[in-house]
Amino acid sequence: MRIRALVITVTTALALTGCSLSGSGSDNTASKGSKGAEAPSDVVLVTHDSFTLPQELKAQFEKTSGYKLVVRQSGDAGALTNKLVLTKDDPTGDVSFGVDNTFASRALDAGVFADYTPRDLPAGAATFDLPGDGGKKLTPVDNGNVCVNVDTTWFQAHHQAPPATLDDLTKPAYKGLFVTPGATTSSPGLAFLLTTIATYGDAWPAYWKKLLSNGTKVDDGWEDAYTVDFTQGGGHGKRPIVLSYDSSPAFTVKGGVSSTQALLGTCFTQVEYAGVLAKAKNPKGAEAFVDFLLSPEVQKALPDAMYVFPVAHGTPLPAEWAKFAVQPTKPLTVSPQDINAHRDEWLRTWSDLVSQ
Amino acid sequence: MTPVRRSSSERQRAYRGSLRRALALLALAAPPVAVLALFFVLPVWGMVSRGFSDGIGPVLEVLGRPRVHRVLWFTVWSATVATALSVVLGLPAAYALHRLTWPGRPVVRAALLVPFVLPTVVVGVAFRQLLGEAGPLGFLGLDGTAAGIVAGLVFFNVAVVIRTVGAAWESLDRRAAEAAAALGAGPVVVLRTVTLPALRPAIVSSATVVFLFCATAFGVVLTMGGLRYSSVETEIYLLTTNLLDLQAAAALSILQLVVVTVLLAFAARLRVSTAVRRTVPRPQRPRRADVPVLLVTAVLLALVAAPLLTLVVGSLRTDGGWTLANYRALGTPGTALLVPVTTALVTSLRTAVDATWMALLLGGLVSVVVTRRSHGRMERRARVVLDGFFMLPLGVSAVTLGFGLLLTLGSFRESPLLVPIAQALVALPLVVRILVPVLGGVDDRLRQAAASLGAGPLRQFATVDLPVVWKPLLAAAGFAFTVSLGEFGATSFLVRDESPTLPVVIFRLIGHPGAMNYGMALAASVVLAAATAAIMLLVERLRVPSIGAF
Repeated sequence: MRIRALVITVTTALALTGCSLSGSGSDNTASKGSKGAEAPSDVVLVTHDSFTLPQELKAQFEKTSGYKLVVRQSGDAGALTNKLVLTKDDPTGDVSFGVDNTFASRALDAGVFADYTPRDLPAGAATFDLPGDGGKKLTPVDNGNVCVNVDTTWFQAHHQAPPATLDDLTKPAYKGLFVTPGATTSSPGLAFLLTTIATYGDAWPAYWKKLLSNGTKVDDGWEDAYTVDFTQGGGHGKRPIVLSYDSSPAFTVKGGVSSTQALLGTCFTQVEYAGVLAKAKNPKGAEAFVDFLLSPEVQKALPDAMYVFPVAHGTPLPAEWAKFAVQPTKPLTVSPQDINAHRDEWLRTWSDLVSQ
Repeated sequence: MTPVRRSSSERQRAYRGSLRRALALLALAAPPVAVLALFFVLPVWGMVSRGFSDGIGPVLEVLGRPRVHRVLWFTVWSATVATALSVVLGLPAAYALHRLTWPGRPVVRAALLVPFVLPTVVVGVAFRQLLGEAGPLGFLGLDGTAAGIVAGLVFFNVAVVIRTVGAAWESLDRRAAEAAAALGAGPVVVLRTVTLPALRPAIVSSATVVFLFCATAFGVVLTMGGLRYSSVETEIYLLTTNLLDLQAAAALSILQLVVVTVLLAFAARLRVSTAVRRTVPRPQRPRRADVPVLLVTAVLLALVAAPLLTLVVGSLRTDGGWTLANYRALGTPGTALLVPVTTALVTSLRTAVDATWMALLLGGLVSVVVTRRSHGRMERRARVVLDGFFMLPLGVSAVTLGFGLLLTLGSFRESPLLVPIAQALVALPLVVRILVPVLGGVDDRLRQAAASLGAGPLRQFATVDLPVVWKPLLAAAGFAFTVSLGEFGATSFLVRDESPTLPVVIFRLIGHPGAMNYGMALAASVVLAAATAAIMLLVERLRVPSIGAF
């Protein structure tokens, strides 16, 4: 008995130690490579949780540029921006992707980014330049719209017309049907708050009071709102109106028809930017990566990889996107300067409205 | 009694002896203190001190805000209620699972620990599918309420009570209780006067840990409360990652530290351990009197199983049909990931191995130092302070620690060892809280007897402490391993993209649109749960007969 227990213990311990040693062994060699010699061989990308690109494209970048791409990602666009601001004197990487138009001014004011404009900017990209920066430091990579989505099949089954405007959402006919992620905990949620600010100006708190008293549900994150509470999100929720993206209808296609639709009058445009970090250890590699994000291959891969639209004109879209992901012609906007000046005040007010 | 006069040489010898003891303890305490100072105190200070860049005035002003009072009040009461419920439900379960024997017991024991390691994002979604408006338990109306938050907290933390108290209860000598019963005490009186006092250190220990987990809970408060409730932790997150209001974040971090310190001081008073006789665990068959206890355990099991079943069912379904497609997809990177889920699982396991040995080594040293009998008041105080010091990582916001590590560690933040170190810090308090009640229950006279027979400190430890602490040490190892497997808060700040851990991958999956990603996230969660349960079962298998000597 005793010997058996001893044997089990020793074998398990040895097996586990084997695991650990080989694990840290290979990690050590990797990190030695990254600490590296005089000429940096790595380019380190600091980005948010939603960043992904196909493995082949990553390999292609490493082959053509000669740098090894190291990706560090955590948090959403807000957390990313604040991380860049806090570590600006000793950044955790060379280049950043994912700061969007709602947070960009904060990063620019703090001096996070160095000047860099790619030499051959693809046609159409410049229209997404951040007002006030004009492409000097931040390069637009992708864009997408946060819009109210409706489950068209639900409204058909209930013989009811779906809502069309923000005002409709406060009408008794749509009581208890809308769910949105929170502005303080998710970036689409913040975009929706800005949508209402763009529409109602200083009267936005009054609109939110009506919205909340009409049974609107506020969830923690987009995933919670869409996958649990929305009727078409896979979780068999009960609410047929949800805050999501203009591309979402392309993901609810069954038998050549999409069961959802984005309300194009309720959209707020989010543009994501890339930029070279001011204290980058490998600025050349960082510039190469910004150029790479604008290459036709990456621009073409964006919809499938990150559910956003490319900024380069004429980039072919996936078939279902071309058919079902309709972009608004006149999205709502709030200027980055305005957002930067009032964001905290707005979020505090909003937070108090919701928690009452 | 006449005081014994000592000769000067005797006094000198005594003095030299106590000096040697002090130095030995200092040497034992040094490595864990150094690690905690470097990887916890320094980063937290680095972050908090930024809030004080304009002096102390603005920070104090924050503490006067009505919103801060609301947040603090909610944190304290929700954590208190959740802790009380965890203890009330956990004690019967600890009895049923550690004192009684019945078929299926090891599996249930392992299963009850599963919630503890699942990423809150996933459990949040599973919980809400169950309790939400459209869920099978939606009629309870718990979604978006404080009661829902408390239910979530209990779900996550009841395992801590079961494990910690169960480990102490298992080897408790039955004879004292039997003697009381023979003298005519009814079961309630026996429980109140004999059993509970003997278990008190373990109960207080686990309640302290549960309170700290509840008070710093983040995901549950947000998911279950639908942003209607803010705790100190969610407020720090909002202030740091969104508003970049470092002054307010610093104020709340300090508030958090103060509350935690007061709690720990209070708990230390309640926890004073008494010498307890330990025996070989001899679990009994359930008797008629055990029926109520078994019923409570069954209810608890149902409460824990329901959200888990929701997960399993969800992972096996796509478009209304039953399928294994979600599981097959785990071997591929899919659309949302850079590495397949299987690779992430291997990374998680390797990281957990490192985190476990670190936590056991440091936690073991701390426990030994803390439980040695003190000579004099100063020494005893020093031990209590040291004990509390190692609990602090549980009481501090993961956001503050995560950002602090990025700010203060310079190039070491790129080290692959940082993730296991951070996870070990989170697991450390648990290890200490499991080991201390057991080590503290060892009658010091046994060590003295060993010493008088010529055993050195190491020999004393090997013959007196080790046989008793051996099983709890395994329990602690299992706990540390599972904590590391499930850790998300600090890990998400530090993890490198080439080698994400499983919870990080699950979080990414669930954040991406598309039914396939959602299904994969559920399947990956089931894999994580299964890995946890398997490890706990393995720990259970490692029975050590040598404990019979005591």
